Amino acid sequence: MQLLEQLAAALREGEDERTAELTRAAVAAGIAPRDILDSGLVAGMNVVGSQFRDGDIFLPEVLLAARAMYAGLAILKPLLVKDNIPSLGRVVIGTVQGDLHDIGKNLVGIMLRGAGFDVIDLGNDVAPERFVDTALKENCGAIGLSALLTTTMPGMKRVVELLQQRNARQQVKVVIGGAPVTPEYCREIGADGYAFDAAAAVDKVRELLSK
Amino acid sequence: MAWIGCPRSPVGEITRFRPADCLPAAEDILRAEGMPEPGAVPETTQALIDRARHLFLDTAQPIAVHADITTYEFGWVFAGEGRNAPDAPLAGIYPKAAHLGLFACTVGAELTETISRLFEQHDYALAYVLDAAASAGAERLADLAEQAWRAGLPATDPPEPLALLRYSPGYCGWHVTGQRRLFEYLLPADAGITLRESCLMEPLKSVSGVCVLGPASIHVFKNGFGFCAECRNPSCRARIAGLGKES
Repeated sequence: MQLLEQLAAALREGEDERTAELTRAAVAAGIAPRDILDSGLVAGMNVVGSQFRDGDIFLPEVLLAARAMYAGLAILKPLLVKDNIPSLGRVVIGTVQGDLHDIGKNLVGIMLRGAGFDVIDLGNDVAPERFVDTALKENCGAIGLSALLTTTMPGMKRVVELLQQRNARQQVKVVIGGAPVTPEYCREIGADGYAFDAAAAVDKVRELLSK
Repeated sequence: MAWIGCPRSPVGEITRFRPADCLPAAEDILRAEGMPEPGAVPETTQALIDRARHLFLDTAQPIAVHADITTYEFGWVFAGEGRNAPDAPLAGIYPKAAHLGLFACTVGAELTETISRLFEQHDYALAYVLDAAASAGAERLADLAEQAWRAGLPATDPPEPLALLRYSPGYCGWHVTGQRRLFEYLLPADAGITLRESCLMEPLKSVSGVCVLGPASIHVFKNGFGFCAECRNPSCRARIAGLGKES
């Protein structure tokens, strides 16, 4: 177990090469891939998320840890697939139609993957129909919508309406965020959750998909 | 007054700047992202900022275009598509201005492409810090564009104690669709800046608006408008507070 603690510590420090090295060592030591993921990588990332929420560290450190997470996941993923271990859930994300700003959406994708979710990133300027089509086709439990402009926010409402029209409103949760988005707007359009930042988006998706 | 079409457009004056002219300071990048002063952030973050500033110097292509505009003509631009907030402060400010100038500026497309490439390469932290540096650099460039416009105005003797502030579509009740008429008048495509259907500028790290030069008192307005609740960049307070410091 000391190896997994070292792995979690390397990830917290954002040391991607060391994280990859320790992940390989854990596999070689015969530790189950799921345990390496949960007790090493995800455990380290959870501490990072908690420190970020508490204001003890800032986004660049979170992103360095996320890169380290990817380095470890790249080694573990083939083993997890081989063992048929399911992910925490599948989420489709994107920036709504008419909006090119994607840094916030990118951060959410990085942190969702880091937390163990499968993420389908549709990019920016995404039509409402494409979000819903993808969510249903790919069996996603949630759609994450980002907007930076007030003029593009109606695209979020349209996604909720489309899900209702296709009788998929209970099946697919909708989480929204971005600079002009507020909890009030979330309630107004009937979305399932509002996230102030990327860390909150992960918490909200985890909460909604565990219900 | 009924507007029929775009007033005759002058040829905007294009100014190219060196990347170093608008390179943001480390503390500006940190402040914009809500982080503490340089000495109070981890060494890893400081190193990222240093790398981002070097990348900025290597890839930024700062350029600005500006043009004088009369009060009458700006009335046409500001009216836009009729979607401004009824209490937009600029409606009461610009008619009192001594001089008005439209501007648009960008730190260039290569910088945005570099940010995207870093994300694709999973170099998230550097991509994020470079994005913040590009945003801060675009604001510095807008300051330079303001100065370039002001430098071209006729001098008065004695110098008039006038204050200059800029206002942009999408802020303070000036609806973002106001970009369309601003672009129609200024024609910043010559400087490589274009407008998408959604009124977003390309390259993404661009700033546009109107420079309003006049007595400091015309710029003073209280916040608390309906649109202030949605504003995530309430720099107006600091800018108004700083008016007394310039002449």
